[in-house]
Amino acid sequence: MSRTWLTTRAWLLMLPLLAVMVGVIGWPLAETVRLSFTDAKLIGSGGDYVGFANYAKMLSGAAFQKTLWTTLWFALSSVTIEMVVGVLAALLLNQRFYGRTLLRAMMILPWALPTVVNATLWRLIYNPEYGAANAALMQIGLIDSYRSWLGEPGSAMWAIILADAWKNFPLVTLIALAALQAVPRDTIAASLVDGAGAFQRFRHVTLPHLVGPLMVALVLRTIEAFKVFDIIWIMTRGGPANTTRTLSILVYQEGFSFQRAGSGASLALIVTLIVSVLALTYGMLLRKSAGSTV
Amino acid sequence: MKIVIRRAVVGGVFVLAAAASSAFAETTLNALFMSQSAYSEADVRAMTDEFTAANPDVTVNLEFVPYEGLRDKTILAQGSGSGYDVVLFDVIWPAEYAENGILLDVTDRVTADMTAGVLPGAWTTVDYNGAHYGMPWILDTKYLFYNKDILAQAGIAAPPKTWEELTQQAQIIKDMGLLDTPIVWSWAQAEAVICDYTTLVSAYEGSFLTDGAPSFQTGGGLDALNYMVDSYNAGLTNPNSKEFLEEDVRRVFQNGEAAFALNWTYMYNLANDPAESKVAGNVGVVPAPGVAGKSEVSAMNGSMGLGVTATSQHPDEAWKLVEYLTSQPVQNKYARLSLPIWASSYDDPAITAGQEELIAAAKVGLAAMYPRPTTPNYQELSVALQQAIQEALLGQATPQDALATAAENSGI
Repeated sequence: MSRTWLTTRAWLLMLPLLAVMVGVIGWPLAETVRLSFTDAKLIGSGGDYVGFANYAKMLSGAAFQKTLWTTLWFALSSVTIEMVVGVLAALLLNQRFYGRTLLRAMMILPWALPTVVNATLWRLIYNPEYGAANAALMQIGLIDSYRSWLGEPGSAMWAIILADAWKNFPLVTLIALAALQAVPRDTIAASLVDGAGAFQRFRHVTLPHLVGPLMVALVLRTIEAFKVFDIIWIMTRGGPANTTRTLSILVYQEGFSFQRAGSGASLALIVTLIVSVLALTYGMLLRKSAGSTV
Repeated sequence: MKIVIRRAVVGGVFVLAAAASSAFAETTLNALFMSQSAYSEADVRAMTDEFTAANPDVTVNLEFVPYEGLRDKTILAQGSGSGYDVVLFDVIWPAEYAENGILLDVTDRVTADMTAGVLPGAWTTVDYNGAHYGMPWILDTKYLFYNKDILAQAGIAAPPKTWEELTQQAQIIKDMGLLDTPIVWSWAQAEAVICDYTTLVSAYEGSFLTDGAPSFQTGGGLDALNYMVDSYNAGLTNPNSKEFLEEDVRRVFQNGEAAFALNWTYMYNLANDPAESKVAGNVGVVPAPGVAGKSEVSAMNGSMGLGVTATSQHPDEAWKLVEYLTSQPVQNKYARLSLPIWASSYDDPAITAGQEELIAAAKVGLAAMYPRPTTPNYQELSVALQQAIQEALLGQATPQDALATAAENSGI
C-alpha cells in the first residue's frame, strides 16, 4: 500500500469527526469573530461592521483593566494554593498508614462536587449570621465578633479563592499521587544511605519525577481559573462594589445583561487570546522540563 | 359514597375525553416562571393544573428559574426563534422587551372588564409607550416590617411614619441593648439594592431621569443614598445587609435579630408561620415611611407581569393561560403569598381575613408605587447604580461622587 493512500485513508476515516468539530467548534468560533467586528445586539438584526472599534472600546475601558487584575489575582492565588496543598496532600497520602485507601477515596469528593453546589455550600459556611466559619473561628478565638466575609472588599476575594482551592486541589493531588508511584524506591533508599535529609530527598529525588505531571495540572488549572465565572457569580455576583468581578463576568454583563453581542464577543476573544498565550507559554515550559527530566 | 363513585366515573370520562381530544388538537404551551418569592412553585403548579383541567386540549410545560435567570432565558429563547409562549417578566423589562419585539402587544385583547377591575397603578407594570404588553400578575412593593415585641420592649407605641423616626426608634432599641443593629435590608450587589434605594428615592421625591438624562445624582436621589450611608455608618443598619438578598432579610427578621426590615409581601405570611419563624404573631407591617414635608409614605413598583411572546405559535391559547392565571377568582384563591391585582379583592373578607394589617398597608403602599426608570438601557443603569451604592456604603467614595460616576456610566 502506498504512503499516499494511507494518508488519504486516514483523512477519510477522520472526516466525519472533522465535520462535527467544524460544526460545533469552528462555526461558533468564526461567528464570534465576525460578531466582534460588528455592533450587533443580542437579538435583532446582524449589526453593521465597525472594524476594531469594539476592541478599542473594551481594551481602553477602566472596567477591563480592573477586572483583568482581579482575574489575575484570583487565578494566581487560587492555583498557587492548589499546587502547594495538592502536592503536600499527595506526599502524605503516599505514606503507608492505616485507612490510607479510604482517605484517598474521600479526597476526590470536593473535586467531584459540581461547582454550583460547592459555591452554595461555601456561601452558607461564610454566612455572616449563622455560618460555620464565624462560629468555628470565634470558638477557637481567632476572631472576636462575627464578620461579613463576602461583604467586605478585603476578604471577599480571599474567601472565594479558599472555596475554589478547596474544590480543586484534589485534582493536583491525584496527578501528583500518580506520579509519585513512578519514583523508584531504590533511588530513595540510595539517597537515604547517602545521608540525604527529608527536604533534600524531596528536592533532588522526588520533585524531578513530579515536575512534568505537575506542569500539566498547572496548565489545566490556570486556564480554568482564568475563565472563572460560576463560583463567583453564585457567591458574590462580582460584589462588593465589583471587587470580585472577573473577566468572564464582564463578558456576561456586556453580552447578555447589556445585550451588546458585538462588544461582548470582542471581549470574549480578548480573554481567549490571553488564555491561549498562557497555555502556549506553559506548553513550551512543559516541553523544556520534559526534555530535562527524561 | 355514591357521590364519590359518580365523581370518579365523571372524572374518568373527563380523563378519557381529554386523552381522546388531545390526540386531535393537542397544544403544548411552554411557560417560564420564577422560583422565589411571591407565588410558590406549588401554587403556580396548582393553578396551571386547574387551567389544563378546564382546557383539556392544552398542556402546559412549566419551567421555574431564579429571578436572575428570567430575563436571560427569555431573551436567549427569543434569539433562537423558539421557546416560550408565556413568560413572567419584571416591571423593569417591558421597555427593553417591547423595543426588541420580544412580547406581543396585547392591548386589543384586554377587555373593558379588566381595564375597569384592575387597580390603575398595576398597569404601569406591563405598559410601554401606551400599549399593554401583558397582564400584571404579582402586585408588589417593599413594605416596612417590624417586630412588635421588640418595639413594645423599647416602649415604642407606634411604628415610624417617617424615615427620620425610623432612625430615632432604631437608636432607642440599640441604646437599650435590645439589638446591636436593628434594621436589615437587601443591599447586595443585585437588583435588590435598587429596590430599597428606589423606595427611599420615592420618599425624598427624587427622580431617576429628567428629560431623558440621569438626575438621581442630585436632590432626592442623593438624599436617598445619604440616608442609607448614614444609617449604615451609625451602626443602626445590620452591616451584613450589603451582602443580603431578600431571603437573607427574611431569615434575619424571623429569627428575631432585627426590629425593622424592608421586604416584599411574601414575607408577611412566612414570618407569621410558627413552623418557619421565631417571631410568628409578632410581625407588624406598614407602608414604608415618608419624609416630613415631602411624602406621607414611600413605595416602589416591584410588580411582575405575564406576557405572550412574539414567537409563540399558539398566542390565543397562551393568552388564555395568562387570562386565567391573572383572573380574580384564581388570584383570590392564592392570595397568601401575593396579593391580587383586582381592586375589589382588597375589600373581600375572604382575602383580608387573617392578614388585615398587610391589606391595610397594601391599600396605601400600592397606590403610592414609584417606578424604576423606564428605559431600554435599564440593565446598564442598574449595574452602575448597584456599584455606586456599594462604593458609598463601603466608604470607597462619597455618595455624591459615587452617584455622579454612576450617571456617567449609566449608558443613558
